Amino acid sequence: MSIFPELYFNVDNGYLEGLVRGFKAGILSQGDYLNLVQCESLEDLKLHLQSTDYGNFLANEASPLTVSVIDDKLKEKMVVEFRHMRNQSYEPLASFLDFITYSYMIDNVILLITGTLHQRSISELVPKCHPLGSFEQMEAVNIAQTPEELYNAILVDTPLAAFFQDCISEQDLDEMNIEIIRNTLYKAYLESFYKFCYTLGGTTADTMCPILEFEADRRAFIITINSFGTELSKEDRAKLFPHCGKLYPEGLAQLARADDYEQVKAVADYYPEYKLLFEGAGSNPGDKTLEDRFFEHEEQECRNIVWIAECIAQRHRAKIDNYIPIF
Amino acid sequence: MNGHAILYTGVTVAFWTTILIVGTCYTIFDLGFRFDVGWFLTETSPFMWANLGISLAISLSVVGAAWGIYITGSSILGGGVKAPRIKTKNLVSIIFCEAVAIYGIIMAIVISNMAENFSGTTPETIGARNYQAGYSMFGAGLTVGFSNLFCGICVGIVGSGAALADAQNGSLFVKILIVEIFGSAIGLFGVIVAILQL
Repeated sequence: MSIFPELYFNVDNGYLEGLVRGFKAGILSQGDYLNLVQCESLEDLKLHLQSTDYGNFLANEASPLTVSVIDDKLKEKMVVEFRHMRNQSYEPLASFLDFITYSYMIDNVILLITGTLHQRSISELVPKCHPLGSFEQMEAVNIAQTPEELYNAILVDTPLAAFFQDCISEQDLDEMNIEIIRNTLYKAYLESFYKFCYTLGGTTADTMCPILEFEADRRAFIITINSFGTELSKEDRAKLFPHCGKLYPEGLAQLARADDYEQVKAVADYYPEYKLLFEGAGSNPGDKTLEDRFFEHEEQECRNIVWIAECIAQRHRAKIDNYIPIF
Repeated sequence: MNGHAILYTGVTVAFWTTILIVGTCYTIFDLGFRFDVGWFLTETSPFMWANLGISLAISLSVVGAAWGIYITGSSILGGGVKAPRIKTKNLVSIIFCEAVAIYGIIMAIVISNMAENFSGTTPETIGARNYQAGYSMFGAGLTVGFSNLFCGICVGIVGSGAALADAQNGSLFVKILIVEIFGSAIGLFGVIVAILQL
């Protein structure tokens, strides 16, 4: 009876829907931000945050609060909420939430590889990893001496293995620049996420696919612009572009051949959305599914709070109004 | 989902094909007399119809009530995590759903009390009154069962919306309760008609 989805939506998703709506209601409002902006010190910030949905999450911290402590605690709170949602969810929501964590996992893996290559100790690196992207074998990364060992011993068990297999072989891991590895992984991740949302159909496809297309095209532009002046060859550059955006295939082919900023801009002119981007500042994508909306907003909220805290700590009152309001 | 879709279409196609082929064969071979509705209705005992009516009354009502309760309940649980004040007020929605099951059981008891023994084994000796009793009990059970089924689902979906709206804004709940009362009335209509049928 796919004609009456309300009849069985609540079986798998009723609790989570109520929970997400509760989280949405707890997102900081304009009034809360105004209050936070008025704070003179970080202790004041902590006091104001206590009256919002954040509650006493900073209660056990020692007296001199630093911005990094606030940042860590915020992330921890978000991760706890995310894990709760992930534990309660069934397929296909579970896969969807997992996909969200993969991008953090990719960043963590690259961070760990870079750190190991520079001979940093693992205990320094692990706290710097984003907690949402943690996986069990993270500690073991420093045991591997070379990237092939890393892949064979550790990464093959993680969900990221699929992304490695799609694009890189073992020899490539050794020779490639770390940024290229990151971009290739991210390309594989974006494409499989796009395919997943597309096969799910319905509202998920309607909201997520434009977001992912935008993300893919954004990365294509950024890779192109950043590769001017480096020794990245044009074929290598073309291999890094994700194929799930609007720019595929003609735009990507043109971007691969572009040599300077003007040519990139010319490519963008063919696509009205991106034309606006190049003319003005960056813009926010449109509507999202409920979970993704909450997640992105929560992240944005964390960043806003950290921004305000930094401004207070550094007494840069002028820039404090540059946070991005969510509602 | 693809597997389910294939299964459903396969079963539907097989069913209609069978009906088509059997019907065509009966027509071609002049065996139409075998499709005898009158024989079926007179040879089946009125007791079967009466008991079918009783079972449909209670079981369909309970299905409706259960469906409604789970729909509302899961939303109350979800909304109650961040807004605990909604817990007690929203139990009213659950009570509306439960009322539907109570209508069902009352009707089932009423119908079963009206069933009496009769003597007679052939259609002529059983008599029209007994047949009429059987059919009306079946009809009453069907009426109350289906109307309670849909009433329960309706109240459940509205109740779920009420819980989520209440979690966002406490003043909305009382207005949405009016919608639920209207939804609950349709179950009552079913009970009234069923009593008249008996």
